[in-house]
Amino acid sequence: MEALIRLFAFSALAAIGLILLFIARETLGIVSAHDISRAATGTTALEVYGAEDDVAAEVYNPEVELPQRPSESVAEHLTPSANPSLVQNLLGTTWQPVSSQPKYGLLPLIVGSLKATLIALLFAVPIGILAAIYAAFFAPAWLRETIKPIVELLAGFPSVVIGFFCLMVVASATQNLLGTTFRLNALVAGIGLAIASLPIVFTITEDSFTNLPRQLWEAGLALGAQPWQVVAKILVPAATPGLFAAALLAFGRVFGETMIVLMASGNAPLLSWSPVEPVRTMAATIGAEMGEVVWGSLHYSILFLIGFLLFVVTFTLNIIAEFWIRQRLLRRFRGLTT
Amino acid sequence: MSRRRYAHLLGLGAITLLTVAALQRQTITIKGSDTMVILTQRWTEVYPHKDRVRFQVTGGGSGTGIAALINGTTDICASSRPLRPSESEQLQRKYGTRGVEVRVARDGLAVYVHRNNPVEKLTLQQVRDIFTGKITNWKQVGGPDARIILYSRENNSGTYEFFKDHVLQGQDFAPTAQHMPGTAAVVNAVAKDRWGIGYGGAAYARDIKEVAIAEAPGKPYYLPTLENVVSGRYPISRFLYFYLRERPSGELKAFIDWVLSDDGQRVVTEVGYYPIRLLRDTKRP
Repeated sequence: MEALIRLFAFSALAAIGLILLFIARETLGIVSAHDISRAATGTTALEVYGAEDDVAAEVYNPEVELPQRPSESVAEHLTPSANPSLVQNLLGTTWQPVSSQPKYGLLPLIVGSLKATLIALLFAVPIGILAAIYAAFFAPAWLRETIKPIVELLAGFPSVVIGFFCLMVVASATQNLLGTTFRLNALVAGIGLAIASLPIVFTITEDSFTNLPRQLWEAGLALGAQPWQVVAKILVPAATPGLFAAALLAFGRVFGETMIVLMASGNAPLLSWSPVEPVRTMAATIGAEMGEVVWGSLHYSILFLIGFLLFVVTFTLNIIAEFWIRQRLLRRFRGLTT
Repeated sequence: MSRRRYAHLLGLGAITLLTVAALQRQTITIKGSDTMVILTQRWTEVYPHKDRVRFQVTGGGSGTGIAALINGTTDICASSRPLRPSESEQLQRKYGTRGVEVRVARDGLAVYVHRNNPVEKLTLQQVRDIFTGKITNWKQVGGPDARIILYSRENNSGTYEFFKDHVLQGQDFAPTAQHMPGTAAVVNAVAKDRWGIGYGGAAYARDIKEVAIAEAPGKPYYLPTLENVVSGRYPISRFLYFYLRERPSGELKAFIDWVLSDDGQRVVTEVGYYPIRLLRDTKRP
């Protein structure tokens, strides 16, 4: 039985490792990727069925069978020298992967991801923490017992539904309210992401509040402090590690969220910090483009590079959360937290 | 060990069952363009010889369908764009044929604006300048003084490529163009955005206004109507294709011949696309 448990634990670890390996391997294709489409010779002598024998006799409109094909040569034949330096291309400010001169500037995507995430956390973290403070310290027991499960249910809410809600309702509401030029923008996506991450912030913060020793609360009151003073001056500082963990987990959730941003952000790869302009995030880019990218092409590898960056960012953040903030804060508050 | 053998037996049994079922009624898989899913599904529903074949229709996009054709996981690939030379090459390498193309329908890409937008008509050049970002204000094309908000499809869609090749002549979209997942999303966005402009299949145009397009300044403007698209007068139109690995035979041939017949082409208009030729009794989609 123990062996079985060990097996499962290791297979979970192995799965994560293998995912990382897989992504890294596909990313390395950048170095060797020769665009498959570039190798094309350009002869389109396909067989045409239906045109000559079966239908030709009854064709009403003869010119129907002589279509002007879009000039494929424009998009297909990029000369290898068109990419002077891949690194330069990746550091560019334009993301235009389907083009006669593909531009793979990652900067707008990184800025877009950060912008949407920041907006989302700006909403989710304060609201979540304040809600948790209310639920943990001020709400009557029966209310707390109902709020918590309901909010936790919200954590499992399908992001497609949240995205759709933002697309239809939030977008119109914000445009009417703020008179924004763009109906879909970073703010709308950020609100959607905040809805998605609010339950995480709430639950974890609430847990860390309820885990505080009861004596802190009682001692504070006994010293004559108002309840809000006790919360603001004693309990919130004591629960700081929990708050940080909540914020970082919310960051991870939001940073990698795909569907909501895909639907509600407008997906224009603009390099700007304005919250009311459309954004294209890294995750949404992978979600939108991976489906039809030519397998093994440079574009394909670069999408994996974006995936790798996403992985690295969230992984680093989690490590920071685990080993640095937690340890430091725990040391600071040793004796208070259990 | 015995449990494992049991599982093997079970798997073997399932495979045998499936094979037997497949032998009784041939299955034709059709995969590809999301634009064509409704059309293809309708064809398979109306097809009169359903006692002989079973259909499996999935979307995923033209590129996905072509990849499936190359990998041999689909019989028919529905595509809203012609096969690329590189893809044809891959087919050649794997099967020794360059692929067989069947033009099954025609589609017109409409340019949509909001219902209340006074702009009625644009030249192809103006549409190009709007979507490449050279024209940014409606007053430059005879409208009121307001910024033009661009809505585009995602760059993995056949519609995006068609518009880019055909209308933009291969130039890049303006970076401010917002990429929407699906034509329905574009229509929805334009319907709600007073100064929006978007493009997509004419079949989708609900609650919005289609713009009349002229091929060049001074030439007549045409709306994407049936006659204009089928005759090729409307400048933004394309064929929809079925691609096969080799010349069809047997049940596959019967199906494709039916699709190209008057009955099959009538379905095209029912769904909202344009037939490859004018039928005697076709109505505007």
